[in-house]
Amino acid sequence: MVKTMDKKLEPIVKAMQSKFSATLEEFRAEVHLFVKPEQIVDALTLLRDEYNFELLSALTAVDYHPQSTPRFHVIYQLTSLAKNLSVQLRVPVNGDSPKVPTVTRVYAMANWRERELIDMFGIEVEGHPDPRRILMPDGTEGHPLRKDFPLGYEEPQFTFNFDEIDLRKPYAKE
Amino acid sequence: MSQIEEVSLEQFKHLVSERALTGETMLLNMGPQHPSTHGVLRLLLELDGEIVVNCIPDIGFLHTGIEKNMEAKTYQKAEVMTDRLDYMNTMGNNLAYVMAVEKLIDVDVPARAQALRVILVELQRIASHLVWLGTSGLDLAAMSMFLYCFREREQILDIFELVSGQRMMTTYIRPGGVWRDVPVEFEKAVRDFIKIFPKRIDEYETLLTKNPLFIDRMVDIGYLSKETALSYGVTGPVLRASGVDWDLRKARPYMGYEQYDFNVPIRTEGDTYARYLVRVQELRESLKIVEQALNKLPMGPVRSDNRKFVPPPRSEIGVSMESLIHHFKLWTEGFPAPKASVYSAIESPRGELGVFLEGDGGPKPLRVHMRTPSFDNLGVLSQIVKGYLVADLVAILASIDIVLGDIDR
Repeated sequence: MVKTMDKKLEPIVKAMQSKFSATLEEFRAEVHLFVKPEQIVDALTLLRDEYNFELLSALTAVDYHPQSTPRFHVIYQLTSLAKNLSVQLRVPVNGDSPKVPTVTRVYAMANWRERELIDMFGIEVEGHPDPRRILMPDGTEGHPLRKDFPLGYEEPQFTFNFDEIDLRKPYAKE
Repeated sequence: MSQIEEVSLEQFKHLVSERALTGETMLLNMGPQHPSTHGVLRLLLELDGEIVVNCIPDIGFLHTGIEKNMEAKTYQKAEVMTDRLDYMNTMGNNLAYVMAVEKLIDVDVPARAQALRVILVELQRIASHLVWLGTSGLDLAAMSMFLYCFREREQILDIFELVSGQRMMTTYIRPGGVWRDVPVEFEKAVRDFIKIFPKRIDEYETLLTKNPLFIDRMVDIGYLSKETALSYGVTGPVLRASGVDWDLRKARPYMGYEQYDFNVPIRTEGDTYARYLVRVQELRESLKIVEQALNKLPMGPVRSDNRKFVPPPRSEIGVSMESLIHHFKLWTEGFPAPKASVYSAIESPRGELGVFLEGDGGPKPLRVHMRTPSFDNLGVLSQIVKGYLVADLVAILASIDIVLGDIDR
């Protein structure tokens, strides 16, 4: 297993550090660069246009609840096909009114993945062309992948308590 | 009823053309129960007669909260959830997740386990492509394809049953190796398959590749350019049919793929027919890999002996106190993984199957994100169906090869 950062990534990391004062973290040869929410569009544009990161492989988030500043990290996993490199950008977002700007204009792929962020984490995506929920039904309360959203379970119904549980069971409203 | 229609039109106003609001074009639901949507996918179509003006996919009908569920389980136990994601590619899902876990905890895999993984994942790729070939044939009214493809797929599922006891939800590939060594019948079963399958591919091609009806339905339909594909994060055979040479097995070899000699089929046309040709060619290439891996399948252990992370073999538990303790600890408490995150990806039959895994220092993951290829491949559908007929939409959707379990997670 490779343990250190790819040499070809060094100029990219330097550029990101000087332009966006990004902080660097390394783990198992993976490069994670931390940038501020307002910089993400410029940072992605730079990486795409100057350093051949054509593909946004993944866009997701992590919830660090109960920590609230920052509560979320929004993660952008980039791949360069031409140079065969990967880099991960992380955007820390605070827990009160979490918000990131949309990157759909840089990578069209972000459209659905950002809708997933809105749906699953309740992170507002500013300027998103179609900010509807993507997986959960409209009118769902809460955001399932937040850590304070309970995993939930269904009470097993037996003949002796079927009606009792049925009365307080949350059915979909007509 | 009238109220529901009003709400839905308001909701989709920014996605349909203005002609839909005046009633000049028609809005039509295709799915979620439509057979050619390959599962429960709803497509809201704006139609001008027979021509698709806009297509708005609506997903989430199969959402089961797998990512959330995995956060509540230990690393080993969360693995069974991965089978349920993309139920056409269970071995591949196991491998993707297990590779992420192995990267996080830094465990090496013995050579025999690596070769076994390659054989099984490539067989799974063949099985998945066979389901795709059969169902797309069905969509294009080539009913017999379905029956032929499922006949061969059955043979692969029998091999899976042989090694793991399960036909579909295998969970055979485990962190640090595989569940147990393959039985002696395994080699013969795979050899039989290798022997008959090239002829069967020729049969499929005789039926379809030069069939004028099939070509009429496929050529120049659903054109996807290289740039659009990359921007939409499309990967796998769909990307390779648009002329991009990107296969993770070649670009970033894992599990010893660098030892095997195989080609990555590329087409530059970017239409539905090109996607068909790429996948059929991949059937042959996968078979080449299976054969090579089987020929040089090394002997030796199939599981890492790092007992802090990998349970000891069953035979040791009866004679070694330490093994019993490890076994007990690993299956009750699990193993702690570092407080860090990894992203590892494999080439699934549909594209880049990535796993983002973050540990919090304890035995359960803080976050598991499955970057499933079908999700992003379906995202491009609305771009490539515009201006084609509804019947072509069925062909295009089939050529993307989506699995709804993979999309909705």
